[in-house]
Amino acid sequence: MTLLPILILAAGTYAFRLAGPLLSQRIQVSARVQRLLTLSAIALLSALVATAALTSNGGFAGWARPAGVAVGAALALLRLPFVVVVVAAAATTALLRMTGMA
Amino acid sequence: MGTLDRSLIRDVAAISAAAGVIGVSFGAIAVAAGISVWLASLMSLLVFAGGSQFMMVGVVAGGGSPVAAVLAGLLLNARHLPFGLVVADVLGKSWPMRLLGTHLMVDESVAFALAQKDPARRRAAYWLCGGTLFVAWNVGVVIGAMAGRALGNPDALGLDAAFPAGMLALLLPSLMAPRREKPKAEAGEDVAGVDAREPVRAAALARRVALLGAVIALTTTPLLPAGLPVLLALLALVVALR
Repeated sequence: MTLLPILILAAGTYAFRLAGPLLSQRIQVSARVQRLLTLSAIALLSALVATAALTSNGGFAGWARPAGVAVGAALALLRLPFVVVVVAAAATTALLRMTGMA
Repeated sequence: MGTLDRSLIRDVAAISAAAGVIGVSFGAIAVAAGISVWLASLMSLLVFAGGSQFMMVGVVAGGGSPVAAVLAGLLLNARHLPFGLVVADVLGKSWPMRLLGTHLMVDESVAFALAQKDPARRRAAYWLCGGTLFVAWNVGVVIGAMAGRALGNPDALGLDAAFPAGMLALLLPSLMAPRREKPKAEAGEDVAGVDAREPVRAAALARRVALLGAVIALTTTPLLPAGLPVLLALLALVVALR
């Protein structure tokens, strides 16, 4: 791979990142629109969580990964520390793969 | 460090450590795909969006055209536009800081900011997470690129489960009404005359949006190119437009 496609991806990504801050400078955002924007971030992040937990290259990711995420989700609901959630999710998935159970 | 408490630093360290190890795997994969160490490192510094970097290397390694690789990566990163509208307030007033903070806009820093209640903590969480993640990711990529194929498969460590689990944990505060509001909610109104059931209703709406967004993305993932299903999740906002 050459430098040019990397520079184009970098410039395009930075433009996407900068568009939000620039737009919110120009326009006065009402409280209602601000709530909708927060909800839009929640929709995007939930979609990322769901696809990252269950899919891989457009297909099902296998059971080991969603099982680990489910353990992490249960611990998060019990309000355990974030570190515990992340480590338990990874450990569960790693263990399932190591033992060949999923 | 007043607004940066210990738990925030610990949480950011956890997600950054995971990102660093994934960065190591990206470096190793990029070099295995025939990309030079310095080009892989430069890409990580300038693009700083893991998903699109893996995507680009994957397309090129699979014999795809660089144009297709760039388009796929840009589609995946289009979600940063709505993210930027949400976190614009944490970037500060001075232009150099704003331009720098813009580059630190990744899923994790947005999610960490969103999980905080007051503006000072939002700003602290965004910058701490974005900055630490930037360092961890780029150091990881350099290590992986130099070590190359000597490194094992990161999936064996279960790190692919760590990212969605961590993001979900960060989303939960937005989806759950604060516990202490409950007794007030039963009374209907609090002393200030503001409807105390508002946080409960807001959380219920957030849950409906989150669930619908997840369903939209999951059902369209087998049909559409990567990146588009996540953007389509924005259609879930219809439940909030009444």
